[in-house]
Amino acid sequence: MKNRLIGTSVPRKEAFDKVTGRARYVDDVSFPGMIYGTTVRSKVARGRLRGIALGPGIPWDEFVVVTAKDIPGINAIHLINDDQPCLADGVINHPEEPVVLLAHPDKHLLEKARQAVVLDIDELPAVHSIEDALAKTAVVWGEDNIFKRYTIEKGDIAEAFANADVILEGHYETGAQEQLYIENNGVIASYSEEAGVTIWGSLQCPYYIQKALIPLFGVGPERARVIQLETGGGFGGKEEYPSMIASHAALLAKKAGVPVKIIYDRAEDMAATTKRHPSRTVVRAAVMRDGTVVGLDIDFAIDGGAYSTLSQVVLSRGLIHAAGPYSCPNVHILGRAVATNSPPHGAFRGFGAPQSIFALERHLDEIGKYLGIAPDEIRRRNFVKPGQTLATGQVVRDDVDMNVLLDRALEAAGWGDKKARFAVENREEGSVKRGIGLATFLHGTGFTGSGEKFLASIVGVEATADGHVRVLAASTEIGQGTNTIFAQIAGDALGVDYDVIQVGQPDTAFVPNSGPTVASRTCTIVGKLVETAALGLRQTLLGSGLLEEPYSSEQFVKACSAYVARSGELRAYAEYKQPPYIKWDEDTFKGDAYGAYSWAVYVASVKVDTLTYEATVEDFVALQEVGKVIHPTLAAGQIEGGVAQGIGWALYENVVWKNGRMANDRMTDYIMPTSVDLPPIRALFAESPYSYGPSGAKGIGELPMDGPGPAIVNAILDAVGIGIPRIPATPEVVMEAYLANTSVTRVCRATEVARG
Amino acid sequence: MVDASLKRPLSFDVNGKTVNVDVAPMARLLDVLREDLHLTGAKEGCGEGECGACAVIVDDKLVNSCLIPALQARGASVRTIEGVAKGDVLHDVQKAFLTWGGAQCGICTPGMVLAAVSLLEKNPKPTEQDVRVALAGNLCRCTGYMKIFESVLKACETAMARESASEAAR
Amino acid sequence: MRAHVASYDLVQPGSLREVLTLLAREPGVYRPLAGGTDVMVVYAGGKLAHTKFVDVHGLRELRGIVVTDDAVTLGALTTYTDVQAEPTLGREFPMMGQAASETGGWAIQNRGTLGGNIANASPAADSPPALLAYDASVELTSTRGARWVSYATYHTGYKTTVRAEDELVTRVRIPRIAPGAQGSRVHMFRKVGPRKAQAISKVSFAACVDVDGTRITSARVALGGVAPVVLRVVATEGALVGADVTTLDVAAIGATLSREVTPIDDIRSTARYRRRVAENLFVELTRKLKAHVGLGSQAR
Repeated sequence: MKNRLIGTSVPRKEAFDKVTGRARYVDDVSFPGMIYGTTVRSKVARGRLRGIALGPGIPWDEFVVVTAKDIPGINAIHLINDDQPCLADGVINHPEEPVVLLAHPDKHLLEKARQAVVLDIDELPAVHSIEDALAKTAVVWGEDNIFKRYTIEKGDIAEAFANADVILEGHYETGAQEQLYIENNGVIASYSEEAGVTIWGSLQCPYYIQKALIPLFGVGPERARVIQLETGGGFGGKEEYPSMIASHAALLAKKAGVPVKIIYDRAEDMAATTKRHPSRTVVRAAVMRDGTVVGLDIDFAIDGGAYSTLSQVVLSRGLIHAAGPYSCPNVHILGRAVATNSPPHGAFRGFGAPQSIFALERHLDEIGKYLGIAPDEIRRRNFVKPGQTLATGQVVRDDVDMNVLLDRALEAAGWGDKKARFAVENREEGSVKRGIGLATFLHGTGFTGSGEKFLASIVGVEATADGHVRVLAASTEIGQGTNTIFAQIAGDALGVDYDVIQVGQPDTAFVPNSGPTVASRTCTIVGKLVETAALGLRQTLLGSGLLEEPYSSEQFVKACSAYVARSGELRAYAEYKQPPYIKWDEDTFKGDAYGAYSWAVYVASVKVDTLTYEATVEDFVALQEVGKVIHPTLAAGQIEGGVAQGIGWALYENVVWKNGRMANDRMTDYIMPTSVDLPPIRALFAESPYSYGPSGAKGIGELPMDGPGPAIVNAILDAVGIGIPRIPATPEVVMEAYLANTSVTRVCRATEVARG
Repeated sequence: MVDASLKRPLSFDVNGKTVNVDVAPMARLLDVLREDLHLTGAKEGCGEGECGACAVIVDDKLVNSCLIPALQARGASVRTIEGVAKGDVLHDVQKAFLTWGGAQCGICTPGMVLAAVSLLEKNPKPTEQDVRVALAGNLCRCTGYMKIFESVLKACETAMARESASEAAR
Repeated sequence: MRAHVASYDLVQPGSLREVLTLLAREPGVYRPLAGGTDVMVVYAGGKLAHTKFVDVHGLRELRGIVVTDDAVTLGALTTYTDVQAEPTLGREFPMMGQAASETGGWAIQNRGTLGGNIANASPAADSPPALLAYDASVELTSTRGARWVSYATYHTGYKTTVRAEDELVTRVRIPRIAPGAQGSRVHMFRKVGPRKAQAISKVSFAACVDVDGTRITSARVALGGVAPVVLRVVATEGALVGADVTTLDVAAIGATLSREVTPIDDIRSTARYRRRVAENLFVELTRKLKAHVGLGSQAR
């Protein structure tokens, strides 16, 4: 197999429709007879629902009204624990809990009606922080507010702490973050007794929705069909949440007898749908005078919101990444996902890893500062090397040299020159101080542990009557380039031109389940299946006598077409097989957490205005080793976009909570970076092929979310000597730290270990 | 209460064609474009002029169509994303977005393309900083904007090259 | 879209006289609608008190910028884009263009108007501090006639003003000074918002200080976001006027300013932050003044 498409920047498959405005997103689509749906929500963080009243001034007889009583099957949004109801029935657990659904042909009257529904709720004490959840100020979930608890153990932590020169403890926090795709959540549902439920929507994971509809309606999979339309961004925000909105629209459609469209407006999308889990991490490090970290004791906790949803999976990824790309021989990591009374937090690019990586990467700079060791140097003294083990005991098989990556990133960033220049300039009068900071990290490709084995994803390829080859997968194009890279991979496997390959619309009636579009798995895991399936199709064609090697693209197309004419269809499938070396113990969290990791060094140059306490990123270098770059433009676009989101999380994107509800639920008040807020983002790649990825590719989608937070805050430390323990480091946070003169001894407690 | 049935006649030009439509007095231009005229290229990302996904060009000025009562467009000349390409022949900006990675999920793309077109009509030789300023009212969550800047600057290069070629030919 | 569209009305009279007649006939019933950049946001949120609007955007009478020897007079429908393009403003009143360029993004600047900004009376608006610092006046017109009020006396409380319900903001006038005096004038504008564009300011600061040698002859310092109204800090100004730049008691005057502002905590920032930044920006102003008279280095 020769790479002719892979490694080149072919035009994005659906770009023409996108640049001309012809691409059809869910709100651009309507069906005959279609009406609109909306959701009445609780407004109260926790309580008992006593009654529902339809207030005056609304022609209620014109409305379709759905409550929990109308659910034909099980009242739950099926995911892992099934603890989240589709519609509240008696109990309210967060202030955006859906209670009543309404539908009407006039969407403006519908909104008026929504405001006229009165919910009678007896309020109960609620929990609004990780601390309160752990302290059980009120028990709001299970017996102890803990959704899940995991631990990782490596070596002998007690001995490490007893024999270290110094022990440094730091407390770190990260805030919630809104995915803020520019297209809000939306679906259209139709229902008929014969066909069951059909969903068209903006979504990442069609089969998640199908699996949620089956128990809700008590139907088989053949009567729960899900079709993805063009999707205006996801970032995890359209992983599990669309199951909720699809269920709601489907219930309304069943009762209404006509298709129902629900499109959230921005305020509803921001307040009611998932966000990145807030976290707090306590890192205790046992360190030798030379900077070697001999022991890491990490207590990692995330706020899961009111229902368990994906929190345990987010927790496990956070936990596994908590000890970073370092060889520390003695590690103890406790992870807990807790319940609070806010809407459930959910999937968001990085999925727990950015939170725990922030804590460790910040802490390393604090350790370095305490010991007088430069940030790059302290990392060099601790990097894991091939053959050594990560925190789970996983032996590093990737051919990676973090020192080489670090050298290259520092050079690209002008680290040495800037350090010297800033040191001089920062002594001058003037309110602007500059600094440079870095973060080094890894990110595992695909589902954690045995996840991919259980998913057992399937991909198909089929020849069309006109001789094209269509990729059949449930993996969705959400802007990241799925259509394009699948076509490149299939094209190269078949040895044909890019235009020969089409990518089928994800529709559960026609595509096999290639798993969810999450976890940086689409290229590596699903892409490999595309390659395998395509090779299978090619084999069949070669064996049929219709095609002989060598062949041209045109000959291939003719042969395909002839095969379909002769045999009716030509399809090939591939199913995921776990690489044989992967051993994972879910109970002890020991073994090969991921088949491979991508590795990265990010460097941020930051200026801090001491008049306004605003930190601004002036330059950003993002270097990563990702196996093989399938499409240079798309890959760089993924990194640049991810870094921009990371910069947003680090400095701007502050969710203001009031009694469990997002108070700043508008784009005016929740601040994502504009084009004038971002520095040049320089995405650089190193390639060290991974044998189980297509042409060696590993994951890249989530990686760029991990580094910006700590690199930027470390740069602030370099600029003004202030160690900020939490992000977003808004000017208000920077000011308070600045006025308190927060130094290493405040953020990070140091204890010299006495020696007898 | 105002009489809900009192729709007003409205006439304006959209992409070079005159349209006549009856609208509620406070109907937003965005909704009239999308629902009455079925021009769904303009998107509603926020409904408050913050994201620019609904941007259109009214009388040669970039505006947010969610913030304009349609009646204020009476007699105006409105350009939407649907009118930027001539049939299937793309505008330089569209071609550049397609080639240089300016579009990812595509939801901000119509507004972003129109903002870029509006910039180049005012300033055919923008610096990167000019591009940044001109696009600051159009939020993109996918790209981090870098590929968008690149696309706009490449579109300028293409236009310049064509201009100097046609000058040379003269 | 949370407004019940059918419940709202918009009327479009063809002339200023007709608009004023309507406002006089039913005072407070019709809310004037210009560029829509404020009103339409609240409308879409379903939070408007008014259900009737009168469109003033088409009124030619309210357009245009007139430069005379003693003033620049701007029609109420002057957009932020217009402000940035006007050369006299750029030369003599640079803070006007600066404030305009930092309002929203291009699409907002093409549509938002100075008159609308003044009528809307948000304490966080961008241009008002500059208007205060430049001692602007506002023309209010009704069927009863037109009157000019000093902008310094225009705001009376949170989103309340001296404008009567039948009055329309029609023009804004900024007094010019002798061309020779420009060199002794120090302008400092700073918008501190959550990001560099599309932002509502947390604190904004505009100062226009005239210096004769090293002596301050006139000082107008205005802040947004630190009080229920855009605020002239008159006690601070009083302490500056007559003082010598070389011997300014920065700490004492800064304390005066701190007493004059009354910021609050809200979802956009904290009172502590707003107060502190206001103080810091005042210190920055004194640095600028010192640099202007040749003392110390210009702050970077």
